[in-house]
Amino acid sequence: MFDSKDTDSSLEDELFAVFGEAAFKPQATADGVATFWVKKEHIVTLLTHLKTKIRSPFGMLYDLSAMDERNRVKVGMNGSVPPDFTVVYHLLSFGRNRFVRLKVALHGEYPSIASISSLWKNANWYEREVFDMFGIRFEGHPNLRRILMPVTWNGHPLRKEHPARATEMGPFRLWDEKQASEQEALQFNPEEWGLKRHSADADFMFLNLGPQHPGTHGVLRIILQLDGEDIVDAVPDIGFHHRGAEKMGERQSWHTYIPYTDRVDYLGGVMNNLAYLLAVEKLARIQVPARVEVIRVMLCELFRIASHLVWYGTFAQDLGQLSPVFYMFTDREKIFDIIEAICGARMHPNWFRIGGVAQDLPVGWDKLVRDFVNYFPKQLREYDQMVMRNSIFRGRTVAIGIYTLEEAIEWGVTGPGLRACGYEWDFRKKQPYSGYENFDFDIPTAQNGDCYDRAVIRVEEMRQSLRIIEQCLQNMPEGSYKSDHPLTTPPLKKNTMQDIETLITHFLNVSWGPVIPPGEAMSCIEATKGANGYYLTSDGSTSAYRVRIRTPSFPHMQMLPYISKGYTVADLLSILGSIDYVLADIDR
Amino acid sequence: MNEVFRYLLMIVVMLFTLTTIAAWLIWLERRMLALWQDRYGPNRAGPFGLLIVAADTIKLFFKEDWIPPFAEKTIFVIAPAIVAAAVLLSFVVVPFAPGILVADLNIGLLFFLAMSSLGVYSIVLGGWASNNKYSLLGALRGASQMISYEVFMGLSLMGVVMLSGSFRLTDIVMAQKDHWFVVTQPVGFILFLIAGIAETHRLPFDIPEAESELVAGFHSEYSGMKFGMFFIGEYLGITLVSAMVVTIFFGGWLGPFLPPLVWFALKTFVFIVLFILLRASLPRPRYDQLMEYGWKIILPVALLNLLITGAFALLKG
Repeated sequence: MFDSKDTDSSLEDELFAVFGEAAFKPQATADGVATFWVKKEHIVTLLTHLKTKIRSPFGMLYDLSAMDERNRVKVGMNGSVPPDFTVVYHLLSFGRNRFVRLKVALHGEYPSIASISSLWKNANWYEREVFDMFGIRFEGHPNLRRILMPVTWNGHPLRKEHPARATEMGPFRLWDEKQASEQEALQFNPEEWGLKRHSADADFMFLNLGPQHPGTHGVLRIILQLDGEDIVDAVPDIGFHHRGAEKMGERQSWHTYIPYTDRVDYLGGVMNNLAYLLAVEKLARIQVPARVEVIRVMLCELFRIASHLVWYGTFAQDLGQLSPVFYMFTDREKIFDIIEAICGARMHPNWFRIGGVAQDLPVGWDKLVRDFVNYFPKQLREYDQMVMRNSIFRGRTVAIGIYTLEEAIEWGVTGPGLRACGYEWDFRKKQPYSGYENFDFDIPTAQNGDCYDRAVIRVEEMRQSLRIIEQCLQNMPEGSYKSDHPLTTPPLKKNTMQDIETLITHFLNVSWGPVIPPGEAMSCIEATKGANGYYLTSDGSTSAYRVRIRTPSFPHMQMLPYISKGYTVADLLSILGSIDYVLADIDR
Repeated sequence: MNEVFRYLLMIVVMLFTLTTIAAWLIWLERRMLALWQDRYGPNRAGPFGLLIVAADTIKLFFKEDWIPPFAEKTIFVIAPAIVAAAVLLSFVVVPFAPGILVADLNIGLLFFLAMSSLGVYSIVLGGWASNNKYSLLGALRGASQMISYEVFMGLSLMGVVMLSGSFRLTDIVMAQKDHWFVVTQPVGFILFLIAGIAETHRLPFDIPEAESELVAGFHSEYSGMKFGMFFIGEYLGITLVSAMVVTIFFGGWLGPFLPPLVWFALKTFVFIVLFILLRASLPRPRYDQLMEYGWKIILPVALLNLLITGAFALLKG
């Protein structure tokens, strides 16, 4: 996995044959993903080629991000001018089960690059995000506006010159003029959102669903263009929950960033830690002991069940069923009891560490877990009766919010939403991490890609997670809960009394934090809501140079207008519920 | 003079009893829901939390009585009163026990149908006068729901009218001396119950307020005692529909051993609890599904029921 020879050499040959070797500069990375530097003028043709012309094509635009390279220790790629900015494209080929990473070097203060929003539907929001965060312009983008930051924001936050803390920005004052201009910016003007006020035979009604609305599960605003109760168009307005998680990664140490990850998909708890740490451990080349892997898997699966229970209850509640949410939250409490006993915290345990976990499992953990494993299947059966087999529930979800497999891939859908279209794709099986290859479990799939099928998948996933937890329970390996590696943080204390070198390492790792070797690595895990990954760049210091968080909810929410047109307001709530997003996971 | 005084007393007692019952129903519903949902419900104020009703009332009275500046003021104020008034007026014809009723009209059943359909004005006017988009959507839904369910509410009762030969509710009760009408009119009973739930817009027919979709639907903008009127109106409605089900299909006050009023109260209570249980267990259908169900399934069934009942009545002569 760590070996850079592991790159997809056949892909390299195929591309060289078409575009010539001069068009590419391969780069070795710590995660072994095939990485090429591409010239700016080639990128669109190359991406088109990769998406449409190649055998087993790269169908999914997995992520699109950028990096401000200006503060970096300049290494100069083979004598070329070091870039000021880099735009990074991650593509995923399901046929090859491979990622490919394409990087484009950009020069100048506010550079620009060709848009690929006509090539991939989900590029639209990603490009807007890059524009918002870096000020990089995408030529040919239909609607290049800010997406996460308020329209009145000054500067582009992920540029290195932009302050990371409010204290660096001077005191905040709201002058009357400023207040007036902010108020002005809040005025709703349908044309700005690409919405028409009238059609030939109807005046449309615009309805702001949110940011404060009981059905949106958080601060999400959806601008609805309605004809009666029928949705003509729905435009999500996101960014209300944006907390600058990526920017924080650039000032926190590698170790102290872990608690921030907890709060990205705040229902996924330690699963966020795992996504981050897998990338860090690839960079640091740490192999964790078997016990750590199994402990991590067990907690992740407990959190998967907890997250799905929240979804299950609130989904039923969105459809007017008042009771299930109480039963499901009660069961979630039982999971939190276990989590609390093991981690000492509930929703945000911040419990995984670089190279291990925070503590060993407490005495008696197995009884807690066993009790839950024995208790929960009966509950799931009851919920099936109560919710999934209820005919009104079925009436509200079957054949609502349908998308096909091709559309799902086009829009970057991962997780249960992808499996509901009949595609058996789960990163735990396809690209196993943290020892998932040692577990016996099935990937549930469904055929229709509607709200009901997405629900079926999640319910079945809870059963499968329970199977995994049971296997963890039966086969918990003995051994250390931390890897014996100098970059393990905090390092093993017992070694410090051996010699002065380990004492110094320990001291530095605890005071400054670990120094992770330069390089870049991406992780990809099957999180509760889909594929979550951290794309980390280290320049060899105590904190990351760039943290890119690829979250599943972002592309899923982008798809909302596409799948809700023509349905009614009531259906929109079914669709929102079935997507299962978390606002912090969208906005970061 | 004596007669007038007797009526006035009856009206005052009834008003007082009904509003009190409606208020306690709020406590009952919250406790019952809590019981079914594995939680406690209101249990702090007074024994078993019974005084929550007092606390709620005080709260509602002292809340700022806000009329949004963009609302249509007069209608906004009148709307909540309509629902409470319409439901209370319907109670005029409900025979609680022999001698305990305000007016034994010979068109009692029709009077009930007329009054209960007035309730929808409250929703439509309240939703429209609020000048809020969510309220408007709620009002639209309320209007279409009422239109579809009003139709077979009347039709479902006509079978009983045929069998008893009278619109007078006391006659209908007395006609059940041998057997309750639920035995001879089971379909009519089920249809009336469904229409009754729709009439009170309770789950699964709460689409005019549908809190996960429309925030609070037609009463989003209401607060204080104006909201309280909607609230009380809803619980009075539950009591009314339960009382009517009992009167028309379950023999009203008839029953052995216990005094008639107790029988009536007991039977009514059972249906009130059924209403609450429905709320605890069912999801909400979509508005067009509800309409479709009403027009395409229930209406034909109601007509068929009427036809068959008529045929039987003819055969018996």
